[in-house]
Amino acid sequence: MTAAQWAVTLGGIAAIGWVVYYFFIAGGVRAVARVGAAGVQRVAIEVLGGYSPSIVTVRQGQPVRLEFHRADTDSCTEEVVLDGFSIRQYLPAYQTTTIEFTPTLAGTYDFSCGMGMVHGKLIVEGHGTNDGHD
Amino acid sequence: MTATTERLEHCDIPVSGMTCAACSARVQRALERTPGVSAANVNLMTNQATVDFDAALVATESLVEVIRQAGYGAEAPGAQLAPDELLTAQDAARSQEIATLQWKVVVSGIAAVLAMGFMLVPTGWSMQLVNIILLGISLPVVFWAGRHFYTRAWAGFRHHSADMSTLIAVGTGSAFVFSVAMTLAGGWFTARGLEPHVYYEAVVWIIALVLVGNLLEAKAKGRTSQAIRKLLGLRPTTARVVRAGAEVEIPLSELTVGDILIVRPGEKIPADGAVIDGTSNVDESMLTGEPLPVDKGPGDAVVGATLNRHGALKVQVTATGGDTVLSHIVRLVQQAQGTKAPIQQLADRVSAVFVPVILCVAIATFVIWFDFGPGPWYVHALAAAVTVLVIACPCAMGLAVPTAVMVATGRGAERGVLFKGGDVLQRASELDVVVLDKTGTVTEGRPTVTDIFTRGEGEAELLRLAASLERLSEHPLAEAFVRAAHDKDLPLSEPRRFEVRAGQGVVGEVDERSLAVGNASLMQAEGIETSPMDHRAEALGTDGKTAVFVSLDGALAGVLAIADPIKRTSKAAVADLHRLGLEVVMLTGDARRTAESVARETGIDRIIAEVLPDEKLDVIHRLQQEGKVVAMVGDGLNDAPALAQADVGVAIGTGTDVAIEAGGVTLMRGDLAGVPEALGLARRTLRVIRQNLFWAFIYNVIGVPIAAGVLYPAFGLLLTPTIAGAAMAASSVSVVSNSLRLRTA
Repeated sequence: MTAAQWAVTLGGIAAIGWVVYYFFIAGGVRAVARVGAAGVQRVAIEVLGGYSPSIVTVRQGQPVRLEFHRADTDSCTEEVVLDGFSIRQYLPAYQTTTIEFTPTLAGTYDFSCGMGMVHGKLIVEGHGTNDGHD
Repeated sequence: MTATTERLEHCDIPVSGMTCAACSARVQRALERTPGVSAANVNLMTNQATVDFDAALVATESLVEVIRQAGYGAEAPGAQLAPDELLTAQDAARSQEIATLQWKVVVSGIAAVLAMGFMLVPTGWSMQLVNIILLGISLPVVFWAGRHFYTRAWAGFRHHSADMSTLIAVGTGSAFVFSVAMTLAGGWFTARGLEPHVYYEAVVWIIALVLVGNLLEAKAKGRTSQAIRKLLGLRPTTARVVRAGAEVEIPLSELTVGDILIVRPGEKIPADGAVIDGTSNVDESMLTGEPLPVDKGPGDAVVGATLNRHGALKVQVTATGGDTVLSHIVRLVQQAQGTKAPIQQLADRVSAVFVPVILCVAIATFVIWFDFGPGPWYVHALAAAVTVLVIACPCAMGLAVPTAVMVATGRGAERGVLFKGGDVLQRASELDVVVLDKTGTVTEGRPTVTDIFTRGEGEAELLRLAASLERLSEHPLAEAFVRAAHDKDLPLSEPRRFEVRAGQGVVGEVDERSLAVGNASLMQAEGIETSPMDHRAEALGTDGKTAVFVSLDGALAGVLAIADPIKRTSKAAVADLHRLGLEVVMLTGDARRTAESVARETGIDRIIAEVLPDEKLDVIHRLQQEGKVVAMVGDGLNDAPALAQADVGVAIGTGTDVAIEAGGVTLMRGDLAGVPEALGLARRTLRVIRQNLFWAFIYNVIGVPIAAGVLYPAFGLLLTPTIAGAAMAASSVSVVSNSLRLRTA
């Protein structure tokens, strides 16, 4: 192999390693819900090519208010689906859409766009114990 | 001690014009200094101020003013949009998207044709000049028509996520940058022995084709939620009510519970209510799927959005707005569309890692072609890598299940069949056995006088006398006599004497005639010979009917038969269930003989009779232990535990009730016809989902390796990036179109 081929091969391996690291290992902005008046746990989430924060921690049994602000017109992110809560909500562009529910079971739930391309996690923490969700 | 009237409130105010953390800090400080504000948080990312404040001291409008004075834009927060407003917003956004895409398709299409012309038709101009012209042609396509691919890819990249835009952006972007370098620094490459080679044509074609795909997809996706729009569109916009003794027409939003509506023939009923005057028949097919109009008179419930056909009705409103049956249905359908089918898990798992994996495959393709492929390297390695990026289609996978579930739940709602979610649809497609509750499901659930046999006395007179006496009885069968007499307009008399003989019947005196109405043991106790009509009673028993003897003045006068009639659609429904290959079982608390006669008449395969109400659940459980997937069909109230135990609970509604909590499937119609319809729709949906998933997977599994060039060594076959772009666009459109077939299923 020539020097150029060696360089391209090593560069390629490094690039693959970086893609794996960047998309699968790194990343994910975390947030813990702020408890406001009347015990409602509130989190503002920006929707722009992804969710920020994408990992949201809330407490079990208390009402949760997720405020999705969709800052793009990409039809990919026009809907948000909360797995386990039977919620599929359209998010009008450049507006804040509030989704309210009360998580009754502790565990980790996914939320994603309507097509499952963009992902986030909702971690519901139990009262002391960690009774998981399947 | 002084009492304080603190009214803590919370609001979110959208703020515009903030560009940095200093801006948000400034807005936050301004809000915090405002008297009455207990907490303020300004988020630069969401452009939103979140304020907890005492409404007794400061109003939302003042907070907006504070932000404006700090030098930023702010609007008073709007109310949360209602479901139909959201749909309108979604429609508007979709039309806007389609309009923009149409322009982009036109511009990129013209550019693509021009670019191809320059590549194919010899102009005699220098390569350098042609390349510069091609660059000029591709500029509007890359920087305007395809711009959103790059901005979205970048936005996603910042969030460590990647989607279809990433693939298009990386694919076309690398080809474009390479081509620009070749065009502007061609001399530098030539001096190093590299013939200039450009990919403008491929870039323009890929963007044009993907835009066409996006346009078709946007149009098709709009149609997947058409059923909900249709349901919401059923509501009239105005209502005619009686106010202060006069008829006035008011907007629907002003209607309140208790209002008296005037509904003329041919008009839609504006809201849910109860008829207080007038008779008519009402077409409820749009909500229940029931094709025949339903008779309505005083006391009957009517549902908003149904069509009043022949008579004028005066209706007292019982529910408006979000509390109506129609709103309930729309909410249920929307909820169902948010519940995933288990079959989607695989697609979810694949699409979550799909794009980064494809990026890796593209890099590996580049390296392998560079190291081992034929020269020139920059032609093959780059082309193959771009082809891999462009052919991969994550959208087809992401759309495969949700679009089918959307269309199917909407289609179901149009036919009066409400599914609780995608999971129920999937289970309903895997059934072996359907268990039907007899009373109220297979039969009317209302004992009715079906036959009258007399010895001398007129049929009507015998019925009239028996009904007059039974009127005072509380036995369930007594109601059948009274109703039969009422239907025949027979005037009932007041009994002079009335006595209940428990377990036997009643005796008494009506119109100066002594009367006994009851079973054979009553006749025996009264010393009345039943032998002349025993054969009648026997035959009625075989038919599953209950024989009631009537004696007049100490002699047998006749036999009346009472039965719970089978609903007119039951037989056809059972036949349809058989056609779906399902075993049909009937469950009842009645005597075996009665159940057998119903089973014979309807074609039901198996009966489980004499079951106590609390044993129904065990029966379902036993069937499941036999390894069968079981659906239970019942009325949702008495059968709730059995419905919950079954793999799929089907609750039969009364036409106006939405008892979805009990079952995974709710039928708005009060008969069995909806059952085969629901199960058939579920099966067709799962078939479409499997086709979609198969197509989406197989497309990528075959397309990506071919694009990478696995067939090149053996067959010399290599795809061009343009063909890859066309295949990619076609694949996601085909998945959505396939789901749309369910609209007419």
